[in-house]
Amino acid sequence: MIGDVRVVADAAGGCHLFSGCGFPAPGLQNFNFKPLFSVGSFHFTKPMLIAVLCTVIVIAFFWAAFRKPKLVPRGIQNLGELGILAVRDQILRPSLGRKGDVYLPFLVSLFFYIFLMNLMELIPVFQFPAMSRIGFVVPLAIMVYGLYLYLGFKNQGAWGYISNMWPRGVPWPVYIILIPVELLRFFIIQPFTLGIRLFANMFAGHLLLVIFTVATWYLASFTIGLLFAVGSAAMVLFVFVLELLIDLLQAFIFTTLTATYIASALEAQH
Amino acid sequence: MSALATAAPVVYQLNFGALGYGLAAIGPGIGIGLVFGHAIEAMARQPEATARISLYMWIGFSLTEILALLGLVVPFIFHAA
Repeated sequence: MIGDVRVVADAAGGCHLFSGCGFPAPGLQNFNFKPLFSVGSFHFTKPMLIAVLCTVIVIAFFWAAFRKPKLVPRGIQNLGELGILAVRDQILRPSLGRKGDVYLPFLVSLFFYIFLMNLMELIPVFQFPAMSRIGFVVPLAIMVYGLYLYLGFKNQGAWGYISNMWPRGVPWPVYIILIPVELLRFFIIQPFTLGIRLFANMFAGHLLLVIFTVATWYLASFTIGLLFAVGSAAMVLFVFVLELLIDLLQAFIFTTLTATYIASALEAQH
Repeated sequence: MSALATAAPVVYQLNFGALGYGLAAIGPGIGIGLVFGHAIEAMARQPEATARISLYMWIGFSLTEILALLGLVVPFIFHAA
C-alpha cells in the first residue's frame, strides 16, 4: 500500500543471491497499485492521492505566500517571490518577453505542480512519480495544446493562423514533402512529444530507482554478493541525485516549451 | 545418475528489445552532445546572447531527448517471454 518498499519486499521477498531464485526483475507491475479504497467501480489509488496532495500543497503554498502581500516581503512571501521570479526570468521572459507577463500565473502553477509531482518519486512514504502514469500527463498536454490553438486563432484570425503556418520561400516541389511534415508536426508531434517526454522520463527514472533498490536487496546476503550490494546501494544514491536534477529539468522543459508554443501562437513565425 | 545430469538446465535468453534500445540510444547520445557542445561554444563567443541561446538549446535538447525516450517502449514490447 505505502511506497515501493512493500513492492520491493514483495518482489524480492526472501529471495537472495545463491538461494536458488532468479533476480526478480522489476517491470510494468511496479506501476500498478492496489486501490486504497473503492467507491463502486471507482478505485482511488496512490497516484491519485499524490496528485490531489500536490495540488493542495501548491495551492496552499501560494495562498499562504500571497494572501496578504506586503511591499517588503517577510517570511514565506520571500520564498514565493523567489519561485515566481525564477519562472519569470528563466522561462517566461526569454521566449515571450515583457508582454507575456499575462501568462505568468499559468506558467508558475504549471511549473510548480509538475515539479512537485516529479519530486514525489524521491520523498519517502510516497516514492512514486504520479507523472509516470500517462493518464496524469495527457490532461496537461491537452490543456497546453488547447491554449495555444485558442491563442493562435484569437490573435491571428482563423485564416491568418493557417496562412502564417504556410512555409514560404521554397521551390514548389518541396511543398509536396513540406506540407504533410508541417501538418504532422503541428497536429501530432508537438502535443504528443510534450506529454510523452515528461511521462517517459519519470517512467525511466522510477524504473532505475526500483531496479537498483531491488538489486541491493537481492544481492545482500552473507556471500560475495554483499560486495556487489554495496555497489548497488551506491548506485541508488547516484540515481537519487540524478533524478533530483531530472525532476527539475523536466518541469523546466515542459514550461519552457509551453512558453515557446504560446509565443508562436501570439505572433507569426517568419 | 549424477547430480550434474539431474540439475535443471539453465536457459539464457537474449532480450532483443533491450539490445535494440541500447543501439537506439547511441544516436540521441551523440545528438545531445552536439546540442550542448555547440550551445556552449556559441555562449563563449557571444556571452551577451546567452539567454536567447539557452532557450534554443533547451528546445534542441528536448527534441533530441524524445528520440531516446520513445525507444524506451521497445524493451517492454519485445521482452523475453
